[in-house]
Amino acid sequence: MTAAASTMHIFRREFRHYFVTPIAYIVIAIFLVLTGWFFFSTFFLYSQAELRNFFSLLPIIFSFIVPTITMRLFSEEYNVGSYEILVTMPVTDLDIILGKFLAAMAFIAVMLLPTVSYAISVSFLGDLDWGPVIGGYVGALLLGAAFCAVGLFASALTKNQIIAFIIGMIICFSLTMVDKVLFFLPESMLGFFQFIGADFHFENVARGILDTRDILYFVSVVFVALYGTFLVLQEKK
Amino acid sequence: MIEISGLTRYYGDLCALDKISLTIERGKILGLLGPNGAGKTTAMRILTGFLAPTEGTVIVKGHSIDDGMLKIKKLIGYLPESAPVYQDMFVYDYLQYVADIREMPAESREDRIKEIAGICGLEDVMHRSIHELSKGYKQRVGLAHAMIGDPEILILDEPTMGLDPNQIVEIREIIRKIGREKTVILSSHILSEVEATCDRVVIINRGRIVADGSTEELKRTSAEDYSISLLLKGAPELEIKQLFDGVAGIASVDASGEDGMIRVRLSCRTGDDLREQVYSRVKTKDWALLELIRESKSLESIFSELTQEKEG
Repeated sequence: MTAAASTMHIFRREFRHYFVTPIAYIVIAIFLVLTGWFFFSTFFLYSQAELRNFFSLLPIIFSFIVPTITMRLFSEEYNVGSYEILVTMPVTDLDIILGKFLAAMAFIAVMLLPTVSYAISVSFLGDLDWGPVIGGYVGALLLGAAFCAVGLFASALTKNQIIAFIIGMIICFSLTMVDKVLFFLPESMLGFFQFIGADFHFENVARGILDTRDILYFVSVVFVALYGTFLVLQEKK
Repeated sequence: MIEISGLTRYYGDLCALDKISLTIERGKILGLLGPNGAGKTTAMRILTGFLAPTEGTVIVKGHSIDDGMLKIKKLIGYLPESAPVYQDMFVYDYLQYVADIREMPAESREDRIKEIAGICGLEDVMHRSIHELSKGYKQRVGLAHAMIGDPEILILDEPTMGLDPNQIVEIREIIRKIGREKTVILSSHILSEVEATCDRVVIINRGRIVADGSTEELKRTSAEDYSISLLLKGAPELEIKQLFDGVAGIASVDASGEDGMIRVRLSCRTGDDLREQVYSRVKTKDWALLELIRESKSLESIFSELTQEKEG
């Protein structure tokens, strides 16, 4: 079997699993209520036909929402013991990691899909510039990918889903806030922390500017987190 | 088929497997026997790629676990202890999923799923969620999982756990049938099960192999040994020990009982029949002898001897 096929089988099972339990619907509902309320409650004050406020919320909201999506990916399997069955089937650790990562990513895409209606509504109200909107969604997916990888790593660490959630949330939240809480540092170091911060790169992409540095940042976070997951799985053997 | 050499595994400082070497031929059913914590599950987990050995290696059909694990996994069907299958799937979907991963051809797949459901007695629960099933049914799903790909090697960790007696008989029959062409390794601490199904028995204790052979061979190695079981009435325990102490060939005397009935076990280390001597000794006392039976060694006693001696 090609590696891609194994990855897809795992992806399909994991993705379907989200919608078997009510958790998926609850998470999506909470996400839509939160973003919808925060966005539209201030939207009419600015009388600007743009989604910038919606996108600027995403890093904080994703810091909490994405770990709830990823927390079960490994923890639940450790807890039930099905991890032993998964690992001893003819698949590689890479297939398992990628399958689970892609399932969480696909879930985030599904979760973002209804928010396109925000953009459509706004476009009726005024002259919406679609460039930043598309940039915003690209940024949201990149951000989602980075946080998913972090959450997957957190889930690989423990069989307790709550702990996996907290670890994932702390890392994601730190990545979002790191450049904001360290304002007292000297200018030279601030630049460094700004570069580590997910929020900074997300804002760049969300403005509609696709800079390779920003894309490279998200790709690096994904790579480091997934590689970390791989090492954790090796360590378990 | 399977060559295990110098397999060692530590959990921290704890040594679970200590330089185990073993060659397993095709078409044999091998029983791994041992008390809890002996290393049976650890050995199976290394064979299936769930754990990596600290030292040593395993070669399966020319593939080493160090670099050919994916190929080995394709050859193996594995039932882990207590069958931890996915709880949230329907039985049918689960078997489909396993068939997907095992890349079974689409045209014969439905037939194979039906066949395996029949073998494992799952027809009635195919469209039920696994978490609703009883322990015995979950175990059967685990067995179906292991067997569905028709693997050349079946590794079953306590396969009959949680099954009812009828099902146990059926599963043993299936295992025996598969064992004619395929290689089966099963672990158990139920001796009668191993005696009934396995061609070869390997007894593990504290991470080491303490015995290896067919059940007949194992019994024969201690052919000279047997035990005499007595049931006595009105005999004080202390006196019983004194009475048999002097008899040449009696290795140990165990007495236990209550309400005046005492069950005595005399382990004999000799080729001679000691029953007459024992009887004449008992005759000197004013006890009632209710039973006197010579018992040849069962696998049970070999097992307990081998696994307990080492502890002292």
